[in-house]
Amino acid sequence: MQAVAEQVFPGALTQDQARDQAQSLANQVEQAFVNQQPLVICGGGSKRFYGRPLEGETLSLSDYQGIVSYEPSELVITARAGTPLQVIETVLAEQGQMLGFEPPHYADNATLGGTIACGLSGPRRPYSGAARDFVLGVTMINGKGEILRFGGQVMKNVAGYDVSRLMSGAQGTLGVLLEISLKVIPMPAHEETRVLSCSQQQMQTLLCDLGRQPLPISATLFHNDQLYIRLSGATAGVHSAAQIIGGERLSTDQFWLQAKEQQHPFFHPAQPCWRLSLPPAAAAVPDALARHQLIEWGGAQRWLYSEADPCQIIQWAEANGGHATAVDRSEPGHTLFHPLSNALLPLTQRIKQSFDPAGILNPGRLYTEL
Amino acid sequence: MTLNTATQHDNLLNSLLPQLGQLIPAQFIITEVEQLHAYECDAFTTMRQLPLLTVLPETIEQVQHVMRCCNHLNIPVVARGAGTGLTAGSMPVENGVLLGMSKFNQIHDIDLNNRTALIDPGVRNQSVSDAVAPHNLYFAPDPSSQLACSVGGNVAENAGGVHCLKYGLTVHNILELELVTIEGELITLGSAALDAAGYDLTAIMTGSEGLLGIIVKIRVKLLPIPASTRVMLAAFATIEDAGHAIAAVIGAGIIPAGLEMIDQTGIRAIEELMHAGYPVDAAAVIICELDGSAAEVEDELNNVISIFTGLNATDIQIANSAEESKRIWAARKAAFPALARLAPDNYIMDGTIPRRALAQVWKQINQLADQYQLQVVNVFHAGDGNMHPSILFDSSDDDQHQRAFELGTRILELCIEVGGTISGEHGIGLEKINQMCLQFSPIELQQFHALKQAFDAKQLLNPGKQIPTLARCAEFNAMHVHHGEMPFPHLERF
Repeated sequence: MQAVAEQVFPGALTQDQARDQAQSLANQVEQAFVNQQPLVICGGGSKRFYGRPLEGETLSLSDYQGIVSYEPSELVITARAGTPLQVIETVLAEQGQMLGFEPPHYADNATLGGTIACGLSGPRRPYSGAARDFVLGVTMINGKGEILRFGGQVMKNVAGYDVSRLMSGAQGTLGVLLEISLKVIPMPAHEETRVLSCSQQQMQTLLCDLGRQPLPISATLFHNDQLYIRLSGATAGVHSAAQIIGGERLSTDQFWLQAKEQQHPFFHPAQPCWRLSLPPAAAAVPDALARHQLIEWGGAQRWLYSEADPCQIIQWAEANGGHATAVDRSEPGHTLFHPLSNALLPLTQRIKQSFDPAGILNPGRLYTEL
Repeated sequence: MTLNTATQHDNLLNSLLPQLGQLIPAQFIITEVEQLHAYECDAFTTMRQLPLLTVLPETIEQVQHVMRCCNHLNIPVVARGAGTGLTAGSMPVENGVLLGMSKFNQIHDIDLNNRTALIDPGVRNQSVSDAVAPHNLYFAPDPSSQLACSVGGNVAENAGGVHCLKYGLTVHNILELELVTIEGELITLGSAALDAAGYDLTAIMTGSEGLLGIIVKIRVKLLPIPASTRVMLAAFATIEDAGHAIAAVIGAGIIPAGLEMIDQTGIRAIEELMHAGYPVDAAAVIICELDGSAAEVEDELNNVISIFTGLNATDIQIANSAEESKRIWAARKAAFPALARLAPDNYIMDGTIPRRALAQVWKQINQLADQYQLQVVNVFHAGDGNMHPSILFDSSDDDQHQRAFELGTRILELCIEVGGTISGEHGIGLEKINQMCLQFSPIELQQFHALKQAFDAKQLLNPGKQIPTLARCAEFNAMHVHHGEMPFPHLERF
């Protein structure tokens, strides 16, 4: 297997260029810190919708591109934040490897930095791990314009607080990601999807039962009384699991790509929908809240359209052990995140302040108080 | 103890005891010096300190009360689980309270449908897997001390073990934490769902070594026991061949459940104690465990055999029964007791390096060992590059003791130099606090301190551990320059 370092592709910076550009980005942040000027961190803009409204000067990472190192036998890739996600996935695929959390792109211009900052994971998440589970290290700029490095390029690292994983999902409110090291995994030798007809209740019982068996399940999706189960792994293992699960074999290989990118017919890009994150075996969402749903992650991620009062949905999600997010892909700044508890909010504010004392990095993107 | 500190000690005790006594029964508070000796160190026995007192609460309310009292009186608190830590992370601080969590030992709920268990922090790691084994489930993180270590300690240290190459560290296997802050507030981080609103605070708590809060409840993830598991042992005549064999397995797209390596001295010591049939003439052995469906494991086993054979393996043993597998693993897990027979003291290191550097670092460690005239044995988690060089020495000989610690520092420097880290799974504690100055720049350390400040403004939780002050680094680095050996001059931070 070929050792790959400093992959060159159109747009990739040389080391010297990258050093200069990182310093220039840090200087911009430092200046904004001095002037108390809010900054809006921007990569490709593919996930601009995911968050609350932002105002401020743009800090663009889109030119900060390049794969810094990649050696397949180490299962680690390090790349600059502005590197297109497509480039990373292509380079990995050439070596028979992939990103284990199957991140959604939502548009061709998705970057690595935005992917990790948003912390979104695709269909494989419950079986393989979330974006944060694959983060090994980051180089970042804090709110004072200081360039800092946490974690590293090795699988096990417990030196200091795990700041790298904290950055995943913080949406740039704690720091500007410059460089990210990720653990990668081998691509499965074989994949097959089985389709079963069943009610939601039957689906839940079946998935609970299958979840306690050592089967190579890598994704599930339930919609319109159809349960789709993807199996990934060695050919022999997938075949024997397919026999246990039964159902019909799905012929299209585009299904999971569409699910990941929310191009499944269930999703209407122009309509706001709710994402409920719940314990997988949590109760069914009552009809009064939503009649139409798409359920992923073995029951743990449920998408619904609802006319109900947002407070009711948030309360129901919380009472059932999870949380709710209202996602509106039609317009930037309309995402509504689940409110933080009274105990958690002040601690979260202090954490924000420890990284960004002047409150200049994507202020208000997650919550007005951050 | 000087007269002044003795007076301070008595004053603190006199202030604290009546307050603690309002909610905590007297028999849960230990003040007798003879009894306090049981709490003066963790498994890193070289460093010891008696606490002001030890308190053994049995309810969350009592933990909250201890924290409120200590916060009020500005008394430091160090939490302790089973005390199996290897870096003095739960060593008491002078005139501080030692909070023993051993009475928190209940498994509250096993949720089979969601494949989670809600447990107390004092539950032993192995007990979780034992409790759920009848349901064909297990808890994946398995530090070698899993029979004794507590899950709360595993969270505090982000413990690993032989299976974390495939199944992750503690951070990957917990969902929710209940935390008591230094102010005595109870906060829930994470949730029973796969993610939670706001920042990922379970990630920052895991591995924070008791500096950010006291963990009082944990929801762990349970996995199905694999359908089939095969264990094999391969011997190699050179370290290089063994190192290449490790890289080749991973490069072939195979992620074993465990991939361990032992050097010749280690093999001999283990064999002498355990009689497991390890090939004593080999320069190194690799233990490889594969798991999955029966057909998948057979496929992978054949692939690994051909990789090892192609890289000059001199002997390959394949366990053909559960008993044989157990024998191979039991011997590996007995490595440290086996090494303890070779010398009075054993300084176990814990650095992680990129796998490609294994053979090179191993050779350099042997050269350093010769230079310091000490013996170093390597038994480690090769699959994830987590090395555990053990420096054998006799602490009654001051010169040897000094050389052992200097050699340890050099080995950790070597790990950083090849792009690795000074701790893969044991943590920093007090033992490796100086080496933090090698891995992190002053502004990075300041960021750590700022984060700590967000949780613990008065610096009362496990003070002086994990994150060094800049003054300490200045002193440590100055010492190194004095010896004319400024580490890594090519690195920008220096």
